[in-house]
Amino acid sequence: MIPVECFFVLSALLFFIGFFGFVTRRNLLAMLISIELVLNAVDLNFAAINRLLYPEGTEGFFFTLFSIGVSAAETAVAIAIIINVYRHFHSDQVNSIQEMKN
Amino acid sequence: MDYSYVFLILLLPALSFLVLGLAGMKMSHKVAGLIGTTSLGIVTILSYMTAFAYFGADRTADGTFQTIVPYNFTWLPLGNLHFDMGILLDPISVMMLIVISTVSLMVHIYSFGYMHGEKGFQRYYAFLSLFTMSMLGLVVATNIFQMYLFWELVGVSSYLLIGFYYPLKPAIAASKKAFIVTRFADMFFLIGILLFGYYTESFSFSFAGDIVMGQGTTPFITANATKAMAAGAMILPTALVLMFIGGAGKSAMFPLHIWLPDAMEGPTPVSALIHAATMVVAGVFQIARMFPLWIEYAPQAMSIVVWVGVFTAFYAAAVACAQSDIKRVLAFSTISQIAFMMVALGVCLPGHEAVLDNHTQLGYMAGMFHLFTHAMFKACLFLGAGCIIHAVHSNEMALMGGLRKYMPITHITFLISCLAIAGIPFFSGFSSKDEIITACFQYSPMVGWIMTGIAAMTAFYMFRLYYGIFWGTENREAHAHHTPHEAPLSMTIPLIVLTVITVGVGIYTTLAGFLGWTNSFGSFVSANGMNYDIHFDTQIAVTSTVIAILSICLATYIYKGEQQPIADRLYKTFPKLHRAAYKRFYQDEIWQFVTHKIIFRCVSTPIAWFDRHVVDGTFNFLAWGANESGESIRSWQSGDVRHYAIWFLTGTVALTLILLAL
Repeated sequence: MIPVECFFVLSALLFFIGFFGFVTRRNLLAMLISIELVLNAVDLNFAAINRLLYPEGTEGFFFTLFSIGVSAAETAVAIAIIINVYRHFHSDQVNSIQEMKN
Repeated sequence: MDYSYVFLILLLPALSFLVLGLAGMKMSHKVAGLIGTTSLGIVTILSYMTAFAYFGADRTADGTFQTIVPYNFTWLPLGNLHFDMGILLDPISVMMLIVISTVSLMVHIYSFGYMHGEKGFQRYYAFLSLFTMSMLGLVVATNIFQMYLFWELVGVSSYLLIGFYYPLKPAIAASKKAFIVTRFADMFFLIGILLFGYYTESFSFSFAGDIVMGQGTTPFITANATKAMAAGAMILPTALVLMFIGGAGKSAMFPLHIWLPDAMEGPTPVSALIHAATMVVAGVFQIARMFPLWIEYAPQAMSIVVWVGVFTAFYAAAVACAQSDIKRVLAFSTISQIAFMMVALGVCLPGHEAVLDNHTQLGYMAGMFHLFTHAMFKACLFLGAGCIIHAVHSNEMALMGGLRKYMPITHITFLISCLAIAGIPFFSGFSSKDEIITACFQYSPMVGWIMTGIAAMTAFYMFRLYYGIFWGTENREAHAHHTPHEAPLSMTIPLIVLTVITVGVGIYTTLAGFLGWTNSFGSFVSANGMNYDIHFDTQIAVTSTVIAILSICLATYIYKGEQQPIADRLYKTFPKLHRAAYKRFYQDEIWQFVTHKIIFRCVSTPIAWFDRHVVDGTFNFLAWGANESGESIRSWQSGDVRHYAIWFLTGTVALTLILLAL
């Protein structure tokens, strides 16, 4: 059986890869994908802890399901926003969207 | 009787104020004047209806008129205390309704002529309506707090009307002076009211219980009232004297009289209405309203009222002898006459066990009677003065003289009013002034003789004024340039009406007093509400008449001729005295000194420094700190979402580390 620490390490790696991507990429879609990585890291944690440490419960699985559902909705909204932003600014670069400031 | 229509007396002037104030500028002068006058005419009719119904009704079993409260509702409840608003009808408030509505109607009619073509004619009528509403509200107040509200409203309308000619500097200064002086006095009134309310837990005029709504009420003693009486006995003299200071400010008693002579900057009809007949007697009315409390709880404090009144009456009469502006003479005469009323109320002696007694408290009736008669003849004098000013375009006596040929109606009405104020029998002033002097003699012979002397001075300065205007040297230069003419009908009719009232009341009450008729003034208004037949004390009546006639003769002797050698010689012999009297014994200068040199310099300047440096400094420092910290952290809000993400992560990691360390 794979020890639970391996899942933690994988999850941490996913999280930080996602975070790194979020911070370094300027393309809005790439940033969205990075966020998905962060979310999946969390989902992986939930599922692993539930499966390996508390096999009698199911809360972790359900949380994961909810989280996937919510992130799907969030992605839909985010893509809608990105399309609108693109139509308005004619750019998908995050640093070109600074007019909402001030 | 059904008195539910009485609310219209207050509502109509209020409505006409709103209409004229909001839409006045869109109307022609004529329409605006007609709206104001018509609503006042209806108010006058309603007031007379109320008076006839009230005094025509049967007396109650104890011989008094019923106190009727057609309306009374709680306006602002505050625990045990509550501020009420309502309408109270009793003999003095009904009498005041008559006085106010009559004089106000006359002034409304008169102003058609006097204010003809003035800029702001509509505004003038709007303010007149506001004033009338406030004054009527003041007299029908059911409690002292309501009285105070309307008291301030009359102050405001007086301010607005004195400053009616606002482009003129003196008018602005006078209106501010009037407002500040009366406001200063009202502060004491408010303190008095609050003390009274705090200790007696009631704002009603007598704490024999709160007035119950409805008719034919008998005040009932509540548990509160007994408690209040115990507390009230201690605090009431203080509270009443504080209220008297407020009244003294409004009624221009020395040393708070300084605003009234300056208030003559306003239009003359306003002087007649506000500064002679109605508003300035509010102080007298206030004492009359609180009279049962004065008699029961503070009879000693009444001597303050007496001596303030006596001194003011003397001072104002002395100043009036030396003024050259005809409106100023009348203003000081008003101060002096109001002081007569104050004295009359003050000289009432507590009867046995502080019961209200018509004989020892004759002064109450006399003061109210003088208020009534004085309002009529002094309004007539002021309106007459308005006609004269209208004709010669000046207030100065030097530009007048010999006007009797040009203005016969004004001349006759002015003469009759002068005779009334001088106290000649068969003119209204005689009956009331004689009763005041009788009351003074009851109090102490000294006060009686002093007041008789002041009455003689009154006759003297009024006839000095009369001869100065209508006889004496005619200023032909000025008159040739612009021939004086009689005023238009709208101005002479009010004069005639007021004169008819003066003469009618005079003849009736004089005969009633000598022949012992019933149904004179004392039957309607008296200290305990019971019928009191005025019966002149022949000795006092004859003495005061003789003295009045003598001083009129003296004035005739000095001032009637074309040349006035005696007046000139007196002036040359006592130049300093004349100058001091002309300068009103430097009262304005003393106040100026006290306010500017002492209060402004020693109190206001340090407070201003404290305010500017300490109070403002603290807040400026706080604002500066907030501004600086904002400046220094504003760059964090870059708008770059990735920066936020890094900060967010850093914060989370830091929090986690802290939690782990704990």
